[in-house]
Amino acid sequence: MKQPDGNQPELNLSRRGFFAAAGSGLFVFFGVNRVNAYQEPARLPQRQNMPADLNAYLRIGADGRVTCFSGKVELGQGPMTSLAQLLAEELDVDYNSVDVVLGDTDLCPYDMGTFGSMCIPMFGPALRGAAAEARAVLLEMAAEQLQAPVERLQVKAGVITDRSTPAKRITYAQLVDGKRIERHLANVPLKPVAKFTVAAHPAARKDAMDKVTGKGKYAADFTFPGLLHGRVVRPPAHGAKLVNADTSAAEKFGARVVRDGDLLAVLHERPDLADRALGLVKAQFDPPPPGVDDKTIFDHLLKTAPPSRPAGGAGDLAAGEKASAIIVEETYLNSYVAHAAMETHSATANIENGKATVWVSTQAPFSVKQQVGQALGFTPQNVRIVAPYVGGGFGGKTAGPQAVEAARLAKATGKPVQVVWNRAEEFFYDTFRPAAVVKIRAGLTSAGKIALWDFNVVGAGERESDSFYDIPNKRAQSAGGWQGGNPPGMHPFGVGPWRAPSVNTNSFARESHMDILAAKAGIDPLEFRLNHLSDARLRRVLEAAAKQFGWKPGKAPSGRGVGVACGIYSGACSATMAEVAVNKTTGHVQVKRMVSALDVGWAVNPDGMRQQMEGCLTMGLGYTLSEEVHFKDGEVLDRNFGSYEIPRFSWLPKIETILIDNPGAAALGGGEPPIITVGAVVANAIYDAVGARVLQLPMTPERVGEALKKKG
Amino acid sequence: MERTISFTLNGRPASVKVDDERMLLWVLRSDLGLTGTKFGCGEGLCGACTVIVDKQAVRSCSTPVKDVAGKQITTIEGLGQNGLDAIQQAFLEHHAFQCGYCTSGMILTAYALLLKTPKPTHDEIIRHMDDNLCRCGAHVRIVEAIQDAAGVGKGGAL
Repeated sequence: MKQPDGNQPELNLSRRGFFAAAGSGLFVFFGVNRVNAYQEPARLPQRQNMPADLNAYLRIGADGRVTCFSGKVELGQGPMTSLAQLLAEELDVDYNSVDVVLGDTDLCPYDMGTFGSMCIPMFGPALRGAAAEARAVLLEMAAEQLQAPVERLQVKAGVITDRSTPAKRITYAQLVDGKRIERHLANVPLKPVAKFTVAAHPAARKDAMDKVTGKGKYAADFTFPGLLHGRVVRPPAHGAKLVNADTSAAEKFGARVVRDGDLLAVLHERPDLADRALGLVKAQFDPPPPGVDDKTIFDHLLKTAPPSRPAGGAGDLAAGEKASAIIVEETYLNSYVAHAAMETHSATANIENGKATVWVSTQAPFSVKQQVGQALGFTPQNVRIVAPYVGGGFGGKTAGPQAVEAARLAKATGKPVQVVWNRAEEFFYDTFRPAAVVKIRAGLTSAGKIALWDFNVVGAGERESDSFYDIPNKRAQSAGGWQGGNPPGMHPFGVGPWRAPSVNTNSFARESHMDILAAKAGIDPLEFRLNHLSDARLRRVLEAAAKQFGWKPGKAPSGRGVGVACGIYSGACSATMAEVAVNKTTGHVQVKRMVSALDVGWAVNPDGMRQQMEGCLTMGLGYTLSEEVHFKDGEVLDRNFGSYEIPRFSWLPKIETILIDNPGAAALGGGEPPIITVGAVVANAIYDAVGARVLQLPMTPERVGEALKKKG
Repeated sequence: MERTISFTLNGRPASVKVDDERMLLWVLRSDLGLTGTKFGCGEGLCGACTVIVDKQAVRSCSTPVKDVAGKQITTIEGLGQNGLDAIQQAFLEHHAFQCGYCTSGMILTAYALLLKTPKPTHDEIIRHMDDNLCRCGAHVRIVEAIQDAAGVGKGGAL
């Protein structure tokens, strides 16, 4: 038998802890170098900070069950299912014999976080490698046991048989029974996608039974004897300073009060009575100086933005200007948008024997581990973060401030503590999708070709600001964004990644402007795009969407209310066509039909991919038609779903999804790509319906009404 | 006022000694340990906390526990106690959820619809479900699941 390779980390306490929890069996670990071998280095910005990992990717138990360990988190996007499919496929075991353990920092290999549609492109190959390695090891062991050369062995559903003597058989479970075998991920070749029977086929979701029975646990569903519910005293506005607080009435009510530096909280053993106690705290705050509001924000962004940085380009703008017969310049705006996951930020913290365990609704358990350790002064071994089922993330749960609050309160009280933000706290502390201003100056030749394209984005970030269209003279510039590094006060509150960060904004502007140019050139908007597009994958999604939609060429506005938009997100190509009805009196827009085509290479779970596409198209209607955060002087005026309106059943268009099968390409994630097209496809369909161009998201009835009036 | 409130919970008698102004959601989750019912907004705007009280879907976050004295309450834990209910089965087969957080409320709201209107039209489904929010965008499949559970497929009672 092979010995583990040189990447074996030192055994230490944490490793022993893992085995205590995971038992015996066959484990496949990996070393950092091996992970990188399966990942594109350019996509691992923090790889130099990755700790040498101690936890296994997979375990085959003596009961025949296979456990997949991943630091990824089940936010609803389906990794519990797709990772199990990949594992079952490479290992040749039954899909139903695979259990998936996610987001537990004591059991799972280190992971940066669940965002950017990276589960499949980044973790997938490494997991497949681990499974292939395990399979190779098991075949070697079986060869010895069965006295047959490896080449003669075949595996089906975890049973190894000798092709020449089918009676000679042994199961994975028998091979690993009573042993503890450790292996390290090596570069065993992976199966070709064409041979797949489990992956690349629709699978029943692993989380389905838990979710339809209410048995699935979220961070607020964990409880302990003596559990206290913590409620933190919050400022009324960002920048407001606490002057004093009288907590005597809350204490009289029976609540405990904790003052710990900047943290002032009341605690009660019933969550609703903790709320009542919080209401009894008389806190005085100094208001912040007057600031911006949701109307003045765009001028403010332009005034406070850092200098623009180049984000792409080609040719020479002056030459483009010269070659242009018409110049078209427009400014596109979008407001701050909230994540508004149905589950608010929640955490349950329990400290026992000097070790803190915190169940947290987070997309990034390993970074929360660091934050909690720092806040408590605990060493990493003494902090365990578990991200159980998470009730939606969309980029809004990439940090874990509520975990830090729960852990600090648990330490201060000596009791287990749960912190669940209410809806107002959720809006107040959200890291919004940034408001942004995009200016595009473009020029058309007399032959209807784009000769000039100058794209300037402020606030949203640079991703996909450089146009993929064939334009000889172009430039993209970006100032500030969701990733931080903005001058203080530029964004008056936290901003961060929101499903397909930067790219919703930049795609809305680019694809709206493409339509304006097509109309000026008198060319059908689909044809106009194809005239400027040599990217074969983008052409293919556009053509596939057009075929399914039954696109009939015409010059906008045609009165039919149809539109097209396309884009690229993390390598995935998306094209969407839509049909809308616009009420000219009220300005109300109803999207009647959406057809969307997506090329993610191949989908690990095609049905799961369609769920993501449907989700993107439905959720995208929110930022497109209604969602914007209202605020003034540091106060977030939206406190619940009454004023902040998200898509509901009555908005539903007929949705049709098309998956392009491209098995030669790498599998990409699909949780985000289609959402980038929604703003522009609806804007373009509105224009086609009524000849009015709406340049600001969301396209509320008021804004559609204004555009109609402006058009006259 | 603190007093003992009795009701039938998931087919069994139950009673709690509580301040009777407290909302049913918190009594279910915290006092009775039934965590399948979720908190989403606290103001009856999202539907995540929906339970069935005497065959009606109600928002437990805004229902004082005194209002359910003597009534029949069904939570997600009480549905399909001997195998899945038809509506749960349909949600499972259609993958009519993603994150699952709104799912208990969706299922119980749909269950109440089918109690009252066993063969709803598409428009009746949309109207009845419209105040239940889902952020993941599982709406299309939720509608299909309800149609399936009602035996009114796409070609049916539309």
